[in-house]
Amino acid sequence: MALLSKKDANLITDPLADNNPITIQVLGICSALAITAELKASLVMAISVMFVLGAGNVVISLMRNIIPSKIRIIVQLIVVATLVIIVDQVLKAYAYELSKTLAVFVGLIITNCIIMGRFEAFALANGPWRSFLDGIGNSLGYGVILIIVGFFRELLGSGTLFGYPVLGDPITKTGLYATGYENNGFMIIPPAALIVVGIIIWVQRSRNPALVEEN
Amino acid sequence: MAQKTDSNVYTVVFAAVMVVVVGSILAFLASALRPNIKENERFEKQQNILYAMGVNENGDDAGSVNFIPTDVVEDEFASYIKEQLVIQGDKITEDNEAYLIDLKKELAKIKKGEPYKLPVFIGEKDGKKFYIIPMYGKGLWDAIWGFIALDDTMTVQGVYFDHKGETPGLGANIKMRYFMDDFTGETILNGTQYAGIAVAKGNNDPLNKTKDDNEVDALAGATITGNGVSAMIKETVKLYKPYLETIRAK
Repeated sequence: MALLSKKDANLITDPLADNNPITIQVLGICSALAITAELKASLVMAISVMFVLGAGNVVISLMRNIIPSKIRIIVQLIVVATLVIIVDQVLKAYAYELSKTLAVFVGLIITNCIIMGRFEAFALANGPWRSFLDGIGNSLGYGVILIIVGFFRELLGSGTLFGYPVLGDPITKTGLYATGYENNGFMIIPPAALIVVGIIIWVQRSRNPALVEEN
Repeated sequence: MAQKTDSNVYTVVFAAVMVVVVGSILAFLASALRPNIKENERFEKQQNILYAMGVNENGDDAGSVNFIPTDVVEDEFASYIKEQLVIQGDKITEDNEAYLIDLKKELAKIKKGEPYKLPVFIGEKDGKKFYIIPMYGKGLWDAIWGFIALDDTMTVQGVYFDHKGETPGLGANIKMRYFMDDFTGETILNGTQYAGIAVAKGNNDPLNKTKDDNEVDALAGATITGNGVSAMIKETVKLYKPYLETIRAK
């Protein structure tokens, strides 16, 4: 990481572990529950959030000295919504298939609390380059959790990964299903994501006791 | 600086400027991209209609949905779709742009009691006639729609479903082949009643071997989207019943 100073590099690496937006900052939980039933959806969401958060953090950071503090939340909201709509329209015109896959995420990105959370907590007080790194770092941290959760939910719930059957066919009983194994229908409904995220938080905090809050 | 950005005048001016700037960016973008987007939507409709009547590039494995490519869809549509009809009350007229009718708007007219148009597409493949009917309904989060292709015995020859915002992995799976393929071979008739096809939980037929029960197996975790599909088919069949009667009589 000679490209980045140690302080800047930390902006990328911290959110991946000890300052993860989902497991530590508890931001972006809603979308983590909603769209992780499949691995593909998790991946697409992670990439979309990375784009919007990276670009949004830069825009907000550039505007940070001229935004009136009384309406800063509204200004942040407008920036996110504008970015998302621009992306959506351009995709609809030039990559129609992709835009159909993304359709449901567009609304979810606007309401994703990670985005507003990072604007408010970081971009309003830091320069554009550092804000950009913070945006990328946080969306990577978010994406990693999404993909882990999506992996377990799709594997245990549907027996597939990225839509490809990896455990055999549950209807004609081949592969693992021949031994009497069944898909766990519970894994594809949102509460299962809460449990998987809970387990990740548990594992993370038992490995690093410094993260455990004192009550 | 902090002083200046805190004043009310500054706040109002800032908000006004921001609205104008953002508004013009979006308006410019929307009008610049509009022709492209319209074109894409038109091709998509043609692809969907052809898909329902079995003109697609699906492989033998029950995998992904493959449409006719966009660069040839216009020609294929013209060659497979022999007639496009518009039903207006008792009147049936031919209209080569019937596929552009927005069913959502027509259904809204029915609610308001205004005269409405219903499109039907008649396709022909290997000497067999297909009657393709558009559908529109409500899923869990937003609109769902699709096309259903029938033959003259009211047996389903193929369907296509799509949705605006159903949950990925759950309701969104109505556009997966393993769900759509189940409809093929089902009948919308129950005796002489136009019953439609219900998406049923626990019909003990996950392989869909019984084709005359007016039921297909539901998707796990997508009860409301499934109910939406059942309701959509039922409503459509009810709406088109007078026309369907005339085909069946032939």
